[in-house]
Amino acid sequence: MGNAVIKVESLGKCYRLGMKEEIHDTFVGAMASWMRSPLQNFKNLQKLAAFNPGDESDDILWALRDVSFEVKQGEVLGIIGHNGAGKSTLLKILSRITDPSTGSVTVDGRVASLLEVGTGFHQDLTGRENVYMNGTILGMTKKEIDRKFDEIIDFSGVEKFIDTPIKRYSSGMKVRLAFSVAAHLEPEILVIDEVLAVGDAAFQKKCLGKMQDVATQGRTVLFVSHQLEALSNLCSRAIMLEKGTIYKTGDTEEVISTYLNKQATQSTTRLRDRTDRQGDGRIRFIDSWIENDKGDRSNIFRSGELLKIVLAYEVKEGLALSNITASIAINSIKNISVTLLRNDNTGDSFEGQIPSSGRLECIVKRLPLNVGSYSYNVSVHSLGGLEDWVPHAGSFDVEPGDFFGTGRIPDRERLILMDHNWSINTNTF
Amino acid sequence: MAQHRIVLKPRTGMTGINWRELFEYRDLFFFLVWRGIKVRYAQSALGIGWAVVQPVFSMVVYTVILGKLAKIQSDGVPYAVFSFAGLVPWTYFANALTDSSNSLIGNSNLVSKVYFPRMILPLSSVLAKLVDFGIAMLLLFALMVWYGVFPNASIVALPLLILLMMVTAAGLGMWFTAMAIQYRDVSYAMNFIVQLLMYAAPVVYPSSLIPEKYQLFYALNPMVGVIEGFRAALLGTRPMPWDFIGVGSIVALGLLVSGALYFRFKERIFADVA
Repeated sequence: MGNAVIKVESLGKCYRLGMKEEIHDTFVGAMASWMRSPLQNFKNLQKLAAFNPGDESDDILWALRDVSFEVKQGEVLGIIGHNGAGKSTLLKILSRITDPSTGSVTVDGRVASLLEVGTGFHQDLTGRENVYMNGTILGMTKKEIDRKFDEIIDFSGVEKFIDTPIKRYSSGMKVRLAFSVAAHLEPEILVIDEVLAVGDAAFQKKCLGKMQDVATQGRTVLFVSHQLEALSNLCSRAIMLEKGTIYKTGDTEEVISTYLNKQATQSTTRLRDRTDRQGDGRIRFIDSWIENDKGDRSNIFRSGELLKIVLAYEVKEGLALSNITASIAINSIKNISVTLLRNDNTGDSFEGQIPSSGRLECIVKRLPLNVGSYSYNVSVHSLGGLEDWVPHAGSFDVEPGDFFGTGRIPDRERLILMDHNWSINTNTF
Repeated sequence: MAQHRIVLKPRTGMTGINWRELFEYRDLFFFLVWRGIKVRYAQSALGIGWAVVQPVFSMVVYTVILGKLAKIQSDGVPYAVFSFAGLVPWTYFANALTDSSNSLIGNSNLVSKVYFPRMILPLSSVLAKLVDFGIAMLLLFALMVWYGVFPNASIVALPLLILLMMVTAAGLGMWFTAMAIQYRDVSYAMNFIVQLLMYAAPVVYPSSLIPEKYQLFYALNPMVGVIEGFRAALLGTRPMPWDFIGVGSIVALGLLVSGALYFRFKERIFADVA
């Protein structure tokens, strides 16, 4: 460990939110504003990127505010935070894509940033050409790529198609090729955003291995991910961002547990008041809880028990909705997507007009999850698209249970329990 | 240790051009030029032939309508070769300008995902279009042979004229692309602006049609000097118009420098508005 190679001092970045659309209820009003609008639009467009110091008007969003930290030579620093916490903005500033609004960053060394795999890939170019294109965009020289070309192709496993335009590639092949280029960057400082979330499991593992190599070579790495497993494997220290400021910094495991706790307390806020949601909002979830087989609310279940997830909703006043699709996405504590419960998958469709306020109830007869903590995101679509989506709408713990009805408690290491039977037969040659 | 120190701070005021950085990214520059050339005619049957189709068909149409029907004078050479000598540099200029003006919007995925000196984008468009220009030039020479028109000694000025036309396209391109990424109106307006500009240059008519007292004003358009220069060098219709070229060069240099400065000034917001 050497001296600090990245020094971030009271960094801030603000954005102006998109212009609000005015809605007119008269034709004349609409016409008048339509005639005024070029001038108004021009002013708005001009304002998009202009800020006055001390401007606190309500359409300014501080994506980052007063963030300070240091990264030492050879350190692998993880950055976590919920959606909208400012992780991507921080990486964009560190990789020089956008300027900070306040504060400063001092970087000693060459930075390569991977905010996306395959930046600059062009469908009509061959794999070989794209390797050069992508490589130079990431800051490599042609000579460097020449030298590493065979290694890159070898790592990607697409050598057979290297002279084929990549529009004929499967999406998996494209990702593999793109990641191989990225994996062979040799900058002093590497900034990575969530890129491991792509590709098949085997390739992800290969990439993680490669990342580990990079990390042990004494290179400085900044790594943003939702994959807590990967973070705890790779990073020695982590920073948790929350609403644009540093919420906690320290040992990775500690920061991860703070993050998980925060996530748990967040989901106790009533759904009605949650603001971290998406969708058009013609129908909104206002509450969610889980009931056991006796109809009592609970957050602790045993494997094999019945559980009923209840989603209370309201339709916006004066609207009539029909044909909705609701889903509940269950995730494990380490953010592994476990399963999706969707009413149209089971054939329980809600085609007619739905009550203007009511409860969607989803029953899981024999909970096939093993010991652990789980949370769920809820969403509802109408024919018009996404109406409401809330992450971590609720959570529950699973304790050991008699899933198989044999009086034996299954091995608690595995995530899933599955109905199965065994038999033994004589071999007849 | 500190040999590669970068300090990132809110930028205010004018920023100069970072020559060293531009030089470090020269490989990217060449690959972008090359991508522009290669991708342009991918999956088209005619391929690079499209570089020929645009000026040739324009030439045929103008020759029939303006040369034959309207009987526009053409300084003593056949109208076809007269207009083609104007259309070749003009087509280059129009395409290079349109392409470089759209270069930031067209590559907004790059601009918002990775850092590199942004100026590479409009400049590589200007360079990539030289391939089309080269092909059209060969055709122009063929046409000259067909009509028995031959270049004269002032052809040595041709590289200077080509440079002037590139500088003009690059300067305007940087202005427009930096505006277009924030105000998309610019890119919508581009097509007809270029079309109208054609009549502000002696592409389909000789500059001698412009009254004497307006000539200097007319020459403020650098493409006037370029096109008349092309005709002087290749067709010998007139002596090399050094006065046009001189005025045009000053304007073109002004556009280049101010375009580069404006681009650098606006650069800080590209990723936020892309």
